[in-house]
Amino acid sequence: METSIIISGFGGQGALFAGQVLAHAAMESGKEVTWIPSYGPEMRGGTAHCTVVIGDEPIGSPLVRNPHCVIAMNLPSVDKYEPLVAVGGRLLYDSTLVKRPLHRTDILGVAIPAHDIALRCGSQQLVNIAMLGALLALCPLVELAAVEQALRTHLPDRHAELLRPNILALHAGAAYIREQRIAMS
Amino acid sequence: MARALWKGNEALAEAAIRAGVDAFFGYPITPQTELLEYMARRMPELGRVFLQAESEIAAINMVYGAACAGARAMTSSSSPGISLMQEGLSYIACSEAPCVVVDIMRGGPGLGNIQPSQADYFQLTRSAGHGDFHPLVLAPATLQEAVDLMYASFDLAFKYRTIVIIAGDGALGQMMEPVEMPPMRPPAPDRPDWAVFGAKGRPPRAITSLYLDAEELEQVNQRLQAKLKVIAANEQRWECHLTEDAEYLVVAFGTVARIAKSAVRAARAAGVRAGLFRPISLWPYPSEALSKLIGQMRGVLVVEMNAGQMLEDVRMAVCGRTPLRFLGRMGGVIPMPDEIAAEIVHMARTHQRGNGHGAQRLLQFKE
Repeated sequence: METSIIISGFGGQGALFAGQVLAHAAMESGKEVTWIPSYGPEMRGGTAHCTVVIGDEPIGSPLVRNPHCVIAMNLPSVDKYEPLVAVGGRLLYDSTLVKRPLHRTDILGVAIPAHDIALRCGSQQLVNIAMLGALLALCPLVELAAVEQALRTHLPDRHAELLRPNILALHAGAAYIREQRIAMS
Repeated sequence: MARALWKGNEALAEAAIRAGVDAFFGYPITPQTELLEYMARRMPELGRVFLQAESEIAAINMVYGAACAGARAMTSSSSPGISLMQEGLSYIACSEAPCVVVDIMRGGPGLGNIQPSQADYFQLTRSAGHGDFHPLVLAPATLQEAVDLMYASFDLAFKYRTIVIIAGDGALGQMMEPVEMPPMRPPAPDRPDWAVFGAKGRPPRAITSLYLDAEELEQVNQRLQAKLKVIAANEQRWECHLTEDAEYLVVAFGTVARIAKSAVRAARAAGVRAGLFRPISLWPYPSEALSKLIGQMRGVLVVEMNAGQMLEDVRMAVCGRTPLRFLGRMGGVIPMPDEIAAEIVHMARTHQRGNGHGAQRLLQFKE
């Protein structure tokens, strides 16, 4: 069984980093995993995304057309991925930036005030990890503790002061889902 | 050793270092640049040679010089850069100087783009330079395989005094995957007995690719061809996935092959007995291994990120015995697993309707 996750946002929002943190956590949890970024010129000022595939067997394709889960951190990402999420899949989006309702009824769309959560945790740079925490509360792909460990190991030294806020944001994102009593599956 | 998450380009660089590379010469080009960046950082730390050349032409000629002196020399680039290296590669081949070249292919022709492609297949396997020669071309599909092949590449290059090319693409170079790195090998203690590095106390040696006498150059060519025959006999590599009971075969290499693996599983879930044949050595092509599978197949689908280059090798192996289809994406577009799976299922259904046999059919390119 493989689970595919696309994380997408503006360049600079940390979509690629959040994916790497998830990939590290998955590997350390004994899973097979691939991470592949968008690396075209669209990264400059446009949207950036990465695809993470997690499974128990060696991963075949590192790319998918219809991901099981999408984290969309801006409107262009919602516009792009809402039609592509697999039926029954999850689309988590930052409701601070994305004001439009979703059109699909055959997926679970989850509005997360990720920007507010991030600010409460200390920085708007934490939107990516708050969203990741929310995703993991909805889809228990890896333990939050494994993600915490991945953050400790892989957050670049220049952002050392953001380690604690990142861990806070991870748990705050997960707590938001639990408080909303959104069904976990 | 424990697994760690590596980026493709950096994993290739670390594997080359652990294999004992003495000298790296290169020029940056996306989507390969992280390999060179990693070398720029690590090689000086280890007291080895890193040099950013003024161009790919200079880089390959520096590799030529270092290889003639018996060093484990390498370069890496991406498609347009490999084009620039062709003259040097031909000189290296004639001189029988061993070296390793990494090509992280990108969309072409021309300056093209920086997205993944497999459109250098002909360039690498058929015409890596003027004259009669073939490099040994290895195409990994996973990062672990990329590391393992890279680790083995210098031994192969020195065993046969030949060029070994690791043929990857932008996806392989940019993606991350868990890798178990091989142990660090000590640098080679002695230089080979053909290398040129100063003749004090022994008769001089010469390495050249200039033979003005036609008879002499023909003899050189005969020697090269004899060597290529040995490589062709010894170094064919491939993987079969779910082929035992397969009726429909997908043939793909590199990144496309791993995508095709997912597609083959999806096709099986849809009731089609599909399998995958994945050439790992692109030259020498594992023709016999492929040929042996063809008897049991009702159809063969070749998938590539090009206009149908490996398709020619498959054609020769299939030899008209079963219908052949082709799915190709170009310009940096990566075929998706569902797209390949749909093509496999279509192939099977078309066959069951009874109109699958007949002339070999080239599928229209999508878009």
